[in-house]
Amino acid sequence: MSAVDVEMVGVKAIDLTKSYGSVQAVSGIDLSIAPGETVALLGPNGAGKSTTIDIILGLSRPDRGSVSVFGVPPASAVRSGWVGGMLQSGFPPDLLKVREFVTLMASYYPHPLRVDDVLRLTGAQEFADRWTKKLSGGQAQRARVAAALVGNPDLVVLDEPTAGIDVEGRHEFWEVMRGVAAQGKTVIFATHYLEEADAFADRIVLIARGRIVADGPATEIKAKAGSRSIRATLPHVDVESLRALPGVVAVERHGDAVVLSCSDADAALASLFATFPEVRDVEARGGTLEEAFLELTGDENGPRAEETGR
Amino acid sequence: MSGATHVRYEILRTFRNHRSLVVTLALPLVLYYSIAGGNRHATSAGISFPLYFMTGMAAYGAMFATVSTGGHLAVDRSRGWTRQLRITPLRARTEMVAKVLAAYLVALPALALLFLAGVTLGVHLDAAQWFEMTGLLLAGLAPFILMGLILGHLVPGDALVPAVGGLVVVFALLGGVFGSFFNGAMLAFTKLLPSYWLAHAGKAALVLGDWPAEGWILVAVWTVVLAFLAALAYRRDTGRV
Ligand SMILES: Nc1ncnc2c1ncn2[C@@H]1O[C@H](COP(=O)(O)OP(=O)(O)OP(=O)(O)O)[C@@H](O)[C@H]1O
Ligand SMILES: [Mg+2]
Repeated sequence: MSAVDVEMVGVKAIDLTKSYGSVQAVSGIDLSIAPGETVALLGPNGAGKSTTIDIILGLSRPDRGSVSVFGVPPASAVRSGWVGGMLQSGFPPDLLKVREFVTLMASYYPHPLRVDDVLRLTGAQEFADRWTKKLSGGQAQRARVAAALVGNPDLVVLDEPTAGIDVEGRHEFWEVMRGVAAQGKTVIFATHYLEEADAFADRIVLIARGRIVADGPATEIKAKAGSRSIRATLPHVDVESLRALPGVVAVERHGDAVVLSCSDADAALASLFATFPEVRDVEARGGTLEEAFLELTGDENGPRAEETGR
Repeated sequence: MSGATHVRYEILRTFRNHRSLVVTLALPLVLYYSIAGGNRHATSAGISFPLYFMTGMAAYGAMFATVSTGGHLAVDRSRGWTRQLRITPLRARTEMVAKVLAAYLVALPALALLFLAGVTLGVHLDAAQWFEMTGLLLAGLAPFILMGLILGHLVPGDALVPAVGGLVVVFALLGGVFGSFFNGAMLAFTKLLPSYWLAHAGKAALVLGDWPAEGWILVAVWTVVLAFLAALAYRRDTGRV
């Protein structure tokens, strides 16, 4: 761990490929996550998020490619107690009370947190003495979150942790996760909630059809999707000459106002000022993550089009 | 991290499975009273019928209780608990030991209840005899505990209850738990089954003081082979896909 010449790696996946029968679940996922990073795996249903997570956790074997967790195979990392996970589906085991379930999970790890603290943090305190079988969906989800955190692992992997949790609970959950991240833990989570990924992750890995279509901070992804627009007041200039500006994709005119949709808003702005010094009321608006998400995960290149010559 | 907590909770869960426990404990007891109750003064194989049938039903009850605990694996699988366990540091060995211990522990009340029932029907043995009989019964249970685990790992949830019931009844019948119906080649065949030795543990303890070497060898071979198969079944059930 003290070597200075090697960059420390939390999770490193190279060319992960896995198919179920004729379904290509993931095809060529490359991922390098530094210790302490918080990464969101974002993508539509069936994109391959859970498959990727299962491979990182050592539950599933890739057809091709390799993965290491803190420099060792997933199974070794899991056995050392470095990994805590919450899978997409599942319930706490029956015939236990919630507190017992979390206590049991704590017992598997070398340096667990205090059970009561974790129950309180995750809001599971209220129903800690109830049977796991009698929990509501959201309560069971909270109990599972508590179970994933109580082992105090260095890597926390959560597959849709807030699915089924109410708004307030979600809020509390991300507060807790902020605390976990602040302790330098590595956090990987899958989600469909763009706001969550945007607000909480250092980095978003956008997955569609088994591939990574974008990987970077939320701002970068928004930019990459090219969904920035510029509004300006610019009478007497025809639409065609505006469309010809570098970085501009489409132009709309509303009376004296024009709206430019840009693939490169920086270049477009510069050339707009240079070409039309009379331009007024210029307003650049970043695209929303939702727009980026739809654009990047859209099905334009046909279903699961295999790129040639990777 | 020692696994002690896992073992403790596994046992706790086994004993909290009340419905399963009540059925597996009550059935042999009901059978015992309804059959031995009317034949209190008969004799069979040279010993009093209540004693003869007590040992058979004790074997049956213990078998039923232990094989059924393996069946709980199907519930754990359907709730995703077996998968969750695989992403914790818990060792497979600890998991197995916990299951075997829990199964042995539910066998104890099954035996105790039948022994008690026997006493109420006039069975009288000295301490050494009770002790020997219990020892042989527990040894003879080992193959059945492993069968329960194998079924739990391999049989899909909805088929598990009939599978457990079927397996127990077939082995119990052939082994002579309900009485000896076989002779000649068929008897020789049933002597190859672990349930024969389980069913005859009581009689062996009372008459010979032990199983003959043949019995120990058979039980040991079944145990070793089934332990190997249980390990394979575990790996098949929990291996990476
Ligand atoms: N065990 C399986 N057997 C067959 N196909 C599977 C299996 N698991 C996943 N798949 C398929 O692989 C693809 C990727 O699934 P995956 O569960 O990784 O998606 P996901 O991104 O997690 O989706 P969601 O947001 O719905 O959870 C899907 O097309 C799915 O049908
Ligand atoms: Mg998923």
